[in-house]
Amino acid sequence: MPGEHFVVPPHWEWYILLYFFLAGISGGAFVIGTMLRLWGSPADAAASRLAFIVSFPLLLLCPILLTIDLGQPTRFWHMLVDVGSGTPVFKAYSPMSLGVWGLTLFGLFSFVMFLAAVGEGGYLRWRVLAGAGRLMGSALGKVFMVIGAIFGFFVAAYTGVLLAVSNQPVWSDTWTLGGLFLASGLSGAVATILLFSRGRRDAAVTDGKLMEADRYFIILELVLIALFLITLGGVVSKVLGGGWIILWLVVLIGTLVPLIAEWRPTMRRQLPPVVVPVLVLVGVLALRAVIIFSAQA
Amino acid sequence: MATQPVGFFTDTTLCIGCKACEVACKEWNGLPNNPLEFRGSYDNTGQLDHANWRHVRFVEQAGTSQDKPIAWSMMSDVCKHCANASCLEVCPTDAIVRTEFDTVFIQQDVCNGCRDCISACPYGVIGFNSNTGTAQKCTFCYDRLQNHLKPACATACPTQSIKFGPLDEMRQTAAARLDTLHQQGVSQARIYGDKEYGGLHALFLLTDKPEAYKLPSTESAVLPSRNNIPGYLTATVTAVVAAVAGLIAFRRRGEAQP
Repeated sequence: MPGEHFVVPPHWEWYILLYFFLAGISGGAFVIGTMLRLWGSPADAAASRLAFIVSFPLLLLCPILLTIDLGQPTRFWHMLVDVGSGTPVFKAYSPMSLGVWGLTLFGLFSFVMFLAAVGEGGYLRWRVLAGAGRLMGSALGKVFMVIGAIFGFFVAAYTGVLLAVSNQPVWSDTWTLGGLFLASGLSGAVATILLFSRGRRDAAVTDGKLMEADRYFIILELVLIALFLITLGGVVSKVLGGGWIILWLVVLIGTLVPLIAEWRPTMRRQLPPVVVPVLVLVGVLALRAVIIFSAQA
Repeated sequence: MATQPVGFFTDTTLCIGCKACEVACKEWNGLPNNPLEFRGSYDNTGQLDHANWRHVRFVEQAGTSQDKPIAWSMMSDVCKHCANASCLEVCPTDAIVRTEFDTVFIQQDVCNGCRDCISACPYGVIGFNSNTGTAQKCTFCYDRLQNHLKPACATACPTQSIKFGPLDEMRQTAAARLDTLHQQGVSQARIYGDKEYGGLHALFLLTDKPEAYKLPSTESAVLPSRNNIPGYLTATVTAVVAAVAGLIAFRRRGEAQP
């Protein structure tokens, strides 16, 4: 139940917003790449490779943003190593601590799958990459992907839990943020893959399946948005009041228009092809922005 | 003084709003002056933050007669050094530690300024110092305690509104003062801090409900970690549903096996 709050905001702003946005897409892209590889047809291999190739560069930006946001950026490593004892710092009940470790481990999986995807696709003809490329089709590779996808799910979702595990209004008044950020991150990942698959005939054959998946992710996101607003109770005015309603309109446009367009091919064909993915991405960003900024206003 | 749990007992009925505690705290800890600006109240400190580790809150309430349209309650606010501290719970670097006096201390050479503690503190006590790039709050005059001295604020308080001593002793003092006030007919008097967050190391005697002093009620005084399990559970359920959605969308439809 939402209670009264007498707190001050942590001033997590633009760097954190961008980090939450990129972490959702990077984690989501890895998950989609894995699902396409596990359950898709051979024709979906190119889209799967594209998903892994998209995931890693976006992930690389995440620690940069997080480090810049610190008051003492040169002490970023204090998140991982205890300054006094030199032993690892790990606190399972602190989502920030858990998240730093999750991000580090996901980075390993994302990097290896990036190399494997580049190797399998033959984009760089290095012997070491050809070896990595063989990982994509092997049983070991699939196990590796599944473990990486679990970390991908985590990286896309934990940012919501991080906000909830606080005493800030809005964030701490709901249990929905982890799921909501995950659903919207997956939708944003599909949109990113669709954008990059443009002009690539081998990857574009999977566009139909990706759009079908996106419909489900958007429906899931809308359900979680409704639950988010319901669970806020009296605090809901803080996220809906004032100018924040404009960002919510952007969120609605970024979910409903793509949902309808992906359902109705006739409508989709009337729109320039980049419109739907771009609307999704703007909606994903707006959702995080309204949740991050309205609670701290 | 042996290293035993210590505490403050702040009796708001004795506070006259002189702010000697604020000045003593700033002097001892070398905290910067506040900017000279009019806030529309005698409470020109505003709030606890990185530069104000004591804050005399001026609580304006409706008076009892036309001659006295406003009644002030003053409360010298401070970090509560909670037994179950929200800031210590979330700190990812272990910069926030519990001292041998059972107080909560931010190690300035370890803190990297992530500000997770600020989002967690239910009392809005911790501030971010942009000059040092770290989170800062009352240290309970840790350096003075180590040298067998009372914290600066308690030493300076001219009305003994701020008392300092072993925590058990402070609890007994608070209970005795509460009895006295109840006997004198101040029925609304209450102790804040004996139940909240496992017991605070800064007890307050209030004459109104906690919310009037911008303190969360006992029911609202909850730890951030309460949201860990529901948060991860929702994320897990979402992940399972998303995986099923992926299976439906991406499954092979009569196509050849690779």
